[in-house]
Amino acid sequence: MTKIENNRAWWLVLPVFLMVAFNALLPLMTVVNYSVQETFGNNEFFWSGTTWFQQLLHDDQFHDSLKRQIVFTAVILAIEIPLGLAIALCMPRSGRWVSVCLVLLALPLLVPWNVVGSMWNIMALPDIGLLGKGLNALGIPYNYTRQPISAWFTVVLMDVWHWTSLVVLLCYAGLVAIPDAYYQAAKVDGAKPWAVFRYIQLPKLKHVLTIAILLRFMDSFMIYTEVIVLTGGGPGSTTKFLSIDLVQKALGGFDLGPAAAFSIVYFLIILFLSWLFYTLMMREEAK
Amino acid sequence: MAEIRIENLRHSYMANPRGEDDYALKRLSLTWQDGGAYALLGPSGCGKTTLLNLISGLLTPTVGTISFNGRDVSRASPEERNIAQVFQFPVIYDTMTVYDNLAFPLRNRGVPEPDIKSRVGEIAEMLELTKTLSKRASGLTADGKQKISLGRGLVRSDVNVIMFDEPLTVIDPHLKWQLRSKLKELHLKTKRTMIYVTHDQTEALTFADQVVVMNLGEVVQSGTPVELFEKPQHTFVGHFIGSPGMNVLPCEVRGGQALYGGQAVATGNAPAASGKGRVELGVRPEFVSVAASGIPADVVRVSDAGRYRIVEARSHGHTIKLLLKEGDRVPEGKTFLAFDPSHTQVYEDGWMAGSRR
Repeated sequence: MTKIENNRAWWLVLPVFLMVAFNALLPLMTVVNYSVQETFGNNEFFWSGTTWFQQLLHDDQFHDSLKRQIVFTAVILAIEIPLGLAIALCMPRSGRWVSVCLVLLALPLLVPWNVVGSMWNIMALPDIGLLGKGLNALGIPYNYTRQPISAWFTVVLMDVWHWTSLVVLLCYAGLVAIPDAYYQAAKVDGAKPWAVFRYIQLPKLKHVLTIAILLRFMDSFMIYTEVIVLTGGGPGSTTKFLSIDLVQKALGGFDLGPAAAFSIVYFLIILFLSWLFYTLMMREEAK
Repeated sequence: MAEIRIENLRHSYMANPRGEDDYALKRLSLTWQDGGAYALLGPSGCGKTTLLNLISGLLTPTVGTISFNGRDVSRASPEERNIAQVFQFPVIYDTMTVYDNLAFPLRNRGVPEPDIKSRVGEIAEMLELTKTLSKRASGLTADGKQKISLGRGLVRSDVNVIMFDEPLTVIDPHLKWQLRSKLKELHLKTKRTMIYVTHDQTEALTFADQVVVMNLGEVVQSGTPVELFEKPQHTFVGHFIGSPGMNVLPCEVRGGQALYGGQAVATGNAPAASGKGRVELGVRPEFVSVAASGIPADVVRVSDAGRYRIVEARSHGHTIKLLLKEGDRVPEGKTFLAFDPSHTQVYEDGWMAGSRR
C-alpha cells in the first residue's frame, strides 16, 4: 500500500502545540534566560555563560541531595510497586466488596499533600502521636526530629501510605481487563497459580505497570510538600531532597541564576530517567 | 479418550434457582461415543457454551452427572478431567514463543523435555506452524494465534476430549474454510473425540458426524446432518437448519389425513397425529415442486441465489417457498404446488407428530 502524505494534518496539531508552548515552553524559557545570567537586583542582568552550570556540577550539597533523592525514589518504588500489585491481586473481582475496597483505597489520594504532611507529623510525635508513642512504648527508640533513620522511616512510610493506592488502582484496572478465557485456558492447560501470574497476569499488566512506575518515579523525584511539612528536610539535612534544596537556593538565598541552572539540570535528569524507564520497559515490544 | 455420558444435567447460574426459567440448561441426557466428531448447534444464548463449560469442568452442574468412561467427573477440575478447550478468541501466552506456547500444557504436567520436543514438532507440522516455532506468539495473525490454541489442545496425546467454542469467530472468511477443513482432517488423523460449538449451521454440518441442536436450554434434536435436514424433529430445527428454512403451514388432521386449506396432503406421519394443540405441516423448499394440479398458489417473487432460484408463492394466505434448479422453468402467476410425501411432516405444538414426545 502506498502511504498518502498529507501535511495539512499538522494544522490540527497546532492548537495543542500552542497550549504546550504557553504553559510549558515559554515559562521554561524564562528559566533558561536566568540560568545564563547574573543579576544584582534592579532588573539588571549580565551574561554569565555556563558559570552556574559548572558551579552546580561541582556543588557537594547538590550531589548529596541528588543521592538522597535517588535512594528515596528507589526505596519507594521497590516498596510501592510490588505492594500495590500484591494488593490488587488480592482484591475481589466482583461483589459489593469491590466498591468498599476502591473507596478505601482512593481516600489517601484525595488528601491534600500538606495535610498528609501534618497528619504524619502529628501521628509521629514521640510524646503524643500514635505512631511515635506506640513505637517508644514497644521499646523501639524513635524520634524523627532527632534520628535520621526515624525520619527516613517516617517519610518512606508516609509516601507508601499516600501513593500505593495509585499503583493498586492502576493494576486492578489492568487485572479486571484480562478476559476470562485466559484464566480458563490456563486451567485447561494445567497451569499452577505462579504460572498464571508469570505468563498471563504480568505480561498483560506490562503497560499499566509502566505507567505506574513512570508516575511514581516522576512524582517521588519531585516530592516537596509532605517532606517539608513533616521534617523540613531534617534532622540536619538528612531528608533534604532535590526540590527542598532547590527552593532553599531560589527563595532562601535568592540566587536566581544558580537556582535556574539547578532547575534545568533537575528537569533534564527527570526527562532522561523517564525516557530510560520507558525504553527499557517497552524494549520487548519492538522485537 | 473416552465415552462421554451426560445424565439429567441441569445448570443454573443462580445460587437458588426457583422456576424452570432460572435454568440456563433445563434437562439434558446424552451419550457421546469415543472418537466421534460432534457439534453443538443453536442460536446465541441457547446454553451451548454452558454445556461445554460443564463438560470441561469450568462450571459445576447444579443437578446431574457427567461421566467419562463410566467415571463420574461432575465435580472434578478441568485438570483432573484431562480435556482440552479452544476458545472463541485466541488465547496465547504473549511473552512466549510459538514453541513454548505449544509446550506449555506438557511442561505443566512434567513431561520430559525430549518428549515435548518431538510432540511439539509433530503438532507444528500438522498445523503448518513449523516455520514460526521460534517466533514470539504475539506477533502472529489471528488465524495463526488460533492455530496455536488449537495446537495446545492437540499436543497432549491422552486428552479425553477436545472442545471448540466457536473457534472461527475472529478468523477472516477466506481462512475460515481452510481452518475448518484442517479441523476435519485433524479429527480423521488423530481420532480424538471432538465437540464443536457453533451457531453457524455450515460449520456444524461440515465438521460433525452427529449434530446436537439446542434451543432455550434444551436439546431439540440430535442426529446426523442428513437426519436433521430430512426429518427435523421440531419446527425450530426446520427453521434453523437449511437456507431458506422449512415451510411451516397451519393445517388440520382428520381421520389420519392432513388437510391444508381443506385439501388433503399426503404426509409421512399424519396417522400418528392426535390432532390436538397447534397442528402444522412442515416441508422444506427443496421438496416442494411446481405441478399441473395440487395446491393452488400465486407466485409472488422469484430471487436468484446463484445455483438455484428461490420462488415465493402465496397460498391460502401463507407464504410457501420452493427451490428451482438452474434450467427449470420459472412459474408465473397462478400455479399449483406439490409436496414430496416422504419429506412432508405433521408437527404438533412444534414437535413432530408421533415422535418420542
